[in-house]
Amino acid sequence: MTSADNLRAFKRDGRIVIVGASLAGLRAAEYLRDEGFTGSLTMIGDETGEPYDRPPLSKQVLTGWVPADGTMLPRRREIDAEWLLGVPAAGLDLATDNVRLADGREVPFDRVLIATGVRARPWFVESEAELDGVFVVRTREHAEGLQRALAAGPSRVLVIGAGFTGSEIASICRERDIPVTVAELAPAPLVGALGAMIGEVASDLQRAHGVDLRCGVKVTQLEGDSQGKLRRAHFDDGSTLDVDVAVVALGGIRNTEWLQGSGLAAGVWGIACDTGCRALDLNGLVTDDVFVAGDVARCPNPVYEYRLISLEHWANAVEQAEVAAHNMVNGQADRWPHLSIPTFWSIQFGVNIKSVGVPTFADEVVVTQGSVSEHRFVAAYGYQGRVTAAVSFNNAKWLDHYRRLIETAAHFPPSCPTPDQPVDSKPVPVDFPGPVLLAQGATVVVTGHNPSERRVTAAYQHHR
Amino acid sequence: MTTTEMPDTLHRILDYSSRSDPYPLYAELRRTPVARQEDGSYVISTYRELADILHNPHLSSDVRNLSHPMPSHEGETTPAFINLDPPEHDRLRRMAMRHFGPPHTPGLVTGMEPALSAAVDGLIDDFAGKERIDIVDDLAYPFPVTVICRLLGVPREDEPRFSLWVNDIINSIDYDARTDPKEKLDKGVQARADLREYLGGLLAERHGRPGADLLSRLANDDGPDGRMTDEEIISTANLLLIAGHETTVNLITNGMLTLLRYPQVLQRLREDPDLAVPLVEELLRYEPPVHIIPWRAAYSEITVGDTVIPQGSQIMLMLASGSRDPDRFHDPDRFDPDRTDNQHLGFGSGIHLCFGGPLARREAQIALTELARRLDHPSLVADPPPYRRSPVLRGPIHLQVEQNGG
Repeated sequence: MTSADNLRAFKRDGRIVIVGASLAGLRAAEYLRDEGFTGSLTMIGDETGEPYDRPPLSKQVLTGWVPADGTMLPRRREIDAEWLLGVPAAGLDLATDNVRLADGREVPFDRVLIATGVRARPWFVESEAELDGVFVVRTREHAEGLQRALAAGPSRVLVIGAGFTGSEIASICRERDIPVTVAELAPAPLVGALGAMIGEVASDLQRAHGVDLRCGVKVTQLEGDSQGKLRRAHFDDGSTLDVDVAVVALGGIRNTEWLQGSGLAAGVWGIACDTGCRALDLNGLVTDDVFVAGDVARCPNPVYEYRLISLEHWANAVEQAEVAAHNMVNGQADRWPHLSIPTFWSIQFGVNIKSVGVPTFADEVVVTQGSVSEHRFVAAYGYQGRVTAAVSFNNAKWLDHYRRLIETAAHFPPSCPTPDQPVDSKPVPVDFPGPVLLAQGATVVVTGHNPSERRVTAAYQHHR
Repeated sequence: MTTTEMPDTLHRILDYSSRSDPYPLYAELRRTPVARQEDGSYVISTYRELADILHNPHLSSDVRNLSHPMPSHEGETTPAFINLDPPEHDRLRRMAMRHFGPPHTPGLVTGMEPALSAAVDGLIDDFAGKERIDIVDDLAYPFPVTVICRLLGVPREDEPRFSLWVNDIINSIDYDARTDPKEKLDKGVQARADLREYLGGLLAERHGRPGADLLSRLANDDGPDGRMTDEEIISTANLLLIAGHETTVNLITNGMLTLLRYPQVLQRLREDPDLAVPLVEELLRYEPPVHIIPWRAAYSEITVGDTVIPQGSQIMLMLASGSRDPDRFHDPDRFDPDRTDNQHLGFGSGIHLCFGGPLARREAQIALTELARRLDHPSLVADPPPYRRSPVLRGPIHLQVEQNGG
């Protein structure tokens, strides 16, 4: 049989398993059927129930406007899949092409898509994390619990971490007229993602809305009472704060532990893949039958010097799902690369924040349109004289233009003036906090001497 | 640029003789996506280039940024937001949108549905016993005019007065000093003044009297941006009245004409009213009511595709051509209500995206569904029908239809 015959046979009655039944997994399944895949399709997911949308969980669900079970993802088409829900995948055996579930069941495949995503990073002291009143927000159940706690009218909420999720939750608290303190180790909110200039704007925004914002501080302890109810938070400057709700918003942990021993290039940073969403093995070689999409993928982007980038963005999950699905059922000559420019949005304190590109890939930033003090502007990011990203506050409709500037490697700073010129349009250093990822230690060991015997083995460490 | 004896493609498009079918000329125009004209202006006709420039912050809607200001410039009056740039555009549009759509007024269009249906039903009831109907005079014109008057708070009985003004204003939009009599421009200027004076009179009655209509709400607003000045309210009402007058009329009429040319689609709509939603989207692509944005200005140098447009240049955007671009839409000259990937330019794009789009959509959906359901074996009396003069807001001036197999 030729490979074309093989491909036809696979498309007709092959077996595809998708591990991860959220946005990327569901969309990939739909695209696979769009592509004409008529074989068997199995969806594995650790949560029970239909796939749902997560962005509203830190927004409309927390205001009480949308019930937690009301964010079901719309179905673009029938996918005719077997759903194995409520049991997580526990292992991947590439010698026998099986996914092993936590209950011991084995699910065989011809090709597999890994879309296991990210889970919320829990509070680092387990006993404190279990206190009544301590929350993370990642799942529907989390959001439902926090919504109830907010509805009960807490005297004060502490949000630990002022990234996008933490800032959105603080915004909801103010909208509901609940006193809120935000504790952030960095010098300002959003600074890790968007740099010091936007961080300063975000600080102003939070304080103008009555948030008790405390930057450069660390929460060291969450103290409960004898009933196991959260009462107080302790900070590293020795101060304390009485709170009844604490939301831990310290980012996510990629769900890759189940791939230990699989031979894939999987670790705390995600699962490395090529732009075709094919997973790399430990040696960095491309695999043929294992694909990756969504938050868990770590994919090179040619626009950013081919660096491997992980993105926890809604649009990225959808776009990678489409590319992965296409490549799973097409031959080498018809492969698509995942080349889209990342986009991201948030809504907080009445401001629509949207970005295009990779703001962390920049050395300078300049306001190009609008007014920073009025919280309506566009800022362009540049790296060594070309535009690499843009962020808008209440000005999202211009971002398509900036996407084009990024795609065409346009000169930074953009030179031609537009209407609504900012008062100050001089580029400033972008100023991100230090490269914290460098502190995570080696995850592999290289062995062998001759090119034919050089191999990588995994060196798993305990890490938070 | 070639110089020949024949008028260039753009002038043939603007010429009335091509009104019933400008599409082959659009195809000709698209061979040069960004075409410099002899007078130094630029014409953009391809989808990608149009979509790009509509999101380009260097494109200005303010006539003062043209190096050769246009003769039809409104003069001393406060421009409406359609003819302004940020931040003024954003502020005025935001203040108007507070009373028209989400997030502050989310249910407005949905809440109007029963009234829209009743208005259409009433007009179609009057068709009874008539063998020949004029879709324009009997439905497509009176329906949206009733709706916009009620929305704004303009007495319906004043319609005969202001419809003349609106007509003169529309006629002056594409005024060309080289070919048109000066009278055409003068009538437009006079009509604008008359309409403003009329709206000013209505507004004066609204101050201090909160009411549900848009004029009352704008006159008594206490939103975060404060209140519009009377001049601003008049400009805004003026814009909405004209836009609500002309564009929806053409959308409904073009829609009925297209359905009569595709009887199998008409039959499907009769059986399946849900088809109205994708059908109206396809109409906005295939036979849109607004064909051309006659001018925008290059605020500073603009690069589109391979062309650099100098600062101050006048730029004409051929939206209807872009929506028929084969590089963007598969088989673009086919009317296909089942088309899925249909991001047409029927409502424009970017910050000036049609303000009344959600209302226009619903009006057209309801009108066409009811026409399909209630007309008995309708057929066109003349194909093509007679068209209005304007190449910008393009549509039939009358659309005679016979029913009962008449």
